[in-house]
Amino acid sequence: MTTYRDAVRTALQTLLREDPRVFLMGEDVGRYGGPYAVSKGLLKEFGEERVRDTPLCESTFVGAGIGAALGGMRPIVEVMTVNFSLLALDQVVNNAAVMRHMSGGQFEVPIAVRMATGGGKQLAAQHSHSLENWYAHIPGIKVLAPATVQDAHDMLLAAVEDPDPVFIFEHQMLYGMEGPLDTEATPPSPWKAAIRRSGSDVSLIAYGGSVHKALTAAEKLEKERVSAEVVDLRSLRPLDRETIVASVSRTHRAVVIDEAWKTGSLASEISAILAEDAFYELDAPVVRVCTLEVPIPYAKHLEEAALPQVDRIVEAAKRSVGGG
Amino acid sequence: MAEFVMPSLGADMAAGTLANWRVALGDTVSRGDIIAEVETEKGLIEVEVFETGVVEALLVAEGEKVPVGTVLAEIRAVSASVPASESAPGDIISSGASDVDLDGPMASPAVRRRAHELGVFLGGVEGTGDHGRITLDDVQHLAGAQAAPIASGDRVRISPYARRIATERGVDVLRIGGTGPGGAIQASDVLSAKVPEPRKSVSAAERMQSAIAAAMTRANDEIPHYYVEHSIDMGNALAWLRETNASLSVAERLVSGAVVLRAVARALRKHKKLNATWQGGEVVPSDGIHVGLAVSLRGGGLVAPALRSTDEGSLSDLMARMTDLVSRARAGALRSSEMTSATITLTSLGERGVESVTPIIFPPQVAIVGCGATLERPWVVDGQVVPRPIMRVTLGADHRVTNGHQGARFLSALDGLLQEPEKL
Amino acid sequence: MTLYISRDHALDLLRQMIRIRRLEEKSVELYSKQKIRGFLHLYIGEEAAGVGAMRALREDDNIVATYREHGQALVRGIPAGEIMAEMYGKANGCSGGRGGSMHLFSAKRRFYGGHAIVGGGLPIAVGLALADKMKGEARVTACFFGDGATDEGEFHESLNLAALWKLPVLFLCENNQYAMGTALDRHVSDSDIVNNPPAYGIPSESVNGMDVVAVERAVHNAVESVRETSEPRFLELRTYRFRAHSMYDAELYRSKEEVEEHKKHDPIANFQERAMSDELITQSDIDTIEADVAKEIAEAIEFAERGEWEPVEDITRHIYARDLS
Repeated sequence: MTTYRDAVRTALQTLLREDPRVFLMGEDVGRYGGPYAVSKGLLKEFGEERVRDTPLCESTFVGAGIGAALGGMRPIVEVMTVNFSLLALDQVVNNAAVMRHMSGGQFEVPIAVRMATGGGKQLAAQHSHSLENWYAHIPGIKVLAPATVQDAHDMLLAAVEDPDPVFIFEHQMLYGMEGPLDTEATPPSPWKAAIRRSGSDVSLIAYGGSVHKALTAAEKLEKERVSAEVVDLRSLRPLDRETIVASVSRTHRAVVIDEAWKTGSLASEISAILAEDAFYELDAPVVRVCTLEVPIPYAKHLEEAALPQVDRIVEAAKRSVGGG
Repeated sequence: MAEFVMPSLGADMAAGTLANWRVALGDTVSRGDIIAEVETEKGLIEVEVFETGVVEALLVAEGEKVPVGTVLAEIRAVSASVPASESAPGDIISSGASDVDLDGPMASPAVRRRAHELGVFLGGVEGTGDHGRITLDDVQHLAGAQAAPIASGDRVRISPYARRIATERGVDVLRIGGTGPGGAIQASDVLSAKVPEPRKSVSAAERMQSAIAAAMTRANDEIPHYYVEHSIDMGNALAWLRETNASLSVAERLVSGAVVLRAVARALRKHKKLNATWQGGEVVPSDGIHVGLAVSLRGGGLVAPALRSTDEGSLSDLMARMTDLVSRARAGALRSSEMTSATITLTSLGERGVESVTPIIFPPQVAIVGCGATLERPWVVDGQVVPRPIMRVTLGADHRVTNGHQGARFLSALDGLLQEPEKL
Repeated sequence: MTLYISRDHALDLLRQMIRIRRLEEKSVELYSKQKIRGFLHLYIGEEAAGVGAMRALREDDNIVATYREHGQALVRGIPAGEIMAEMYGKANGCSGGRGGSMHLFSAKRRFYGGHAIVGGGLPIAVGLALADKMKGEARVTACFFGDGATDEGEFHESLNLAALWKLPVLFLCENNQYAMGTALDRHVSDSDIVNNPPAYGIPSESVNGMDVVAVERAVHNAVESVRETSEPRFLELRTYRFRAHSMYDAELYRSKEEVEEHKKHDPIANFQERAMSDELITQSDIDTIEADVAKEIAEAIEFAERGEWEPVEDITRHIYARDLS
């Protein structure tokens, strides 16, 4: 068994060892060992040239990553949290996403940007938000949300290999999670959603940290004789419409779990996809289980109340199947 | 106040048993709605209402047998819907401004209109407006509270998936209840619904059979039947059908039954005595030619609903009407008028391979035509024996009204008409 | 003041400046005929800065430019026809019609584009230099930006990062005195821009951006220093734009007198005068250049006119390496 953190580190090691174009940069990725200890030990193995501690200038070090990618490197840029990444949004939206397009296909930006996302650690309103949907909104970049140890490893490899800018959102509650890791197996396409659990009554559609809450909810639901299918979106851009629609076409009910705020969320997008492509399959209104529309509070009970929780998913699923 | 009375569902019907009410007190009904089922000698018949209004009283209990003409229910007429724009929501109605019964709930036409649209019954409701006036908000609230499984009009609260599978399975979503939120019909409701004859219980079939038994016994006892039979060469008719159908889509294609039906109706134009009823010891000529079509039902029942003005309109139109009538007969969705207006009956057992039929007249009609199968038979044409498709047609008629000579001329005319199918 | 350059050198500098000037003058005409749309930021008045700087750079060096980049693109070698076609929005434009006037690109000429987010190109330049340094390339990345960019956080962050990581970036600030319509002393606390870079340990110098020879010399010295030390340098090119910020503006922020005063320092007229007085060139040389340039621009327009519109069905091309739609 391997932790999610170690799986990311293993992938980083593999990439740094095998491809001289690859380097890692970000705040405290070197001597500190990474804010979530993901890159611990890498500085020693690969040196300061390839494991670069950056100044606190998200816009410029993400921009420099874009420039280095344009210049033929394969940079992996770590941004400490999604909240901080907002300082780099100019570079993401105005440069990374448009360079290929704006140049008529002459340039590409093969950059991989990793960042922590999500709440649950009482880090309050500037370190806990889920803004994956902001990124998933933007054509020209790709967005991944690894929910398993295996995906944490495989998706990083795929992101660095990809010729387009790829943004990886690592839920901060997952770093310590343990799971099997097979570094030899051929990984599935990162752009396809996965059925993490099969069921027949309702589809619980989630990504990142919420996948595990959905799986726990599915177990509880089973005890109440409700058979829930859990869909892990995995890729948030492009979205795997096919798998989402196929699952709901089997279960005819959907609960979408998203740690973002409901308004304008990916949950909204999934709901719209279901309305567009699965309308005649729906036997109940789509239910969204999202974070309450408040900044994430510090106090534990308030934070818990704000974030999607297993009980809320169970309740939503029961409402969907008509028993609640 | 309009009265809804036990209808006469046949000239010889004296009384009927109110089998089921399909409405409840306070329901809003519209002209043409089916509001009750009446059991007659001919079976269970749906009866329609000819008023639009609110059911104020149900005066006869289910299972009670009452004479024709007995008042079954009282319907309080509601004025034709008033466009909402003519009266702002919240208007208090003055006695001169509207024909609304002031003894009833106080509500503006717009509110009543909305209530009607939502299927909300306002009787006995105390509104939240001035002097207990019912407001639009009240109606909306009531719509939630009264949320019936079947919403009024065409709007049914049903999930898209449930609607889809209901269509696939032929389940009438107006006839099933919903167990979902707010009474919404969900897939499980559709899947558990009986199709397509959920209302026909075994006992109903038995009741129908006993009613048929009574009618046939009476006919056989009372009517002096005579029979004449004629073999008709269907070669021309079938050839013409093949040719005509070649250019039609499958759905539009004609069957020989429709051709025979039309020919019978046209033949009756010149043989009006066969198109009549026997009532109170005398013959009453019928106004139009409405051929009743004997349709056997699953479970052994038999009905003979009428196709009005069978001799008129195009053949393709008649074909469509016939298809519709048969399918509705089998689904138990006939109108009472269809059950009572036949002026003669046509029964065909050809599909079962029967060569000829000797049918019994449906009283109070005075004739019935029976057709056997169309079969290849040796036939003499121009002195040569050749195989031809031959159909044996039998006329059963009431000797009190016509005689065998007249019957034979009718069959001869029918034969002639079938030799020139293009004119039908 | 003697120029101390060769006749060929002088002819080339003049030719490049005239190419830019005439191309843009024609662009104004085509804009008013609606052949060119969107924003059109003219370089007229600033030609010496671009020509002097570009001539001092090697073909292999990287260029990151701004939305006022027709001059740099043209001197870099992007054909006038491709630039014109790009402004037309045609598929044969240098960015396939996706970019327009503000976004001229050429991969094979290491021209990393016109950038229209003020200051947004600086981190890119830093990254390009980082890549070169890590790969051991002796290349310099020249990054053009205006005085307005010095207001931006990315300017200061980029200077800091380039200095911290010792990256071969040449920062070229084209100070035309206005951040769009806001005068320099109204948008920075210290209007002496060269005072900024030393705070990050970057050598900094100011040069008369209206003097093409002075610019070329200064840039040459700076770029070779960057190449040698692999550390950033900063140059301020003091210049002035004669036309509106974009195609048209009311120019409420400056007086006609001020513009007329600066026009006395027109980089082309002044250079011609000096080159002729130094007997490097003659009027007939100028006439030849003008005739050649007129022909080049006529051909460029023809190239643009002839170009095809990209089919709408291709709209999702160039978003990803492989179309995801």
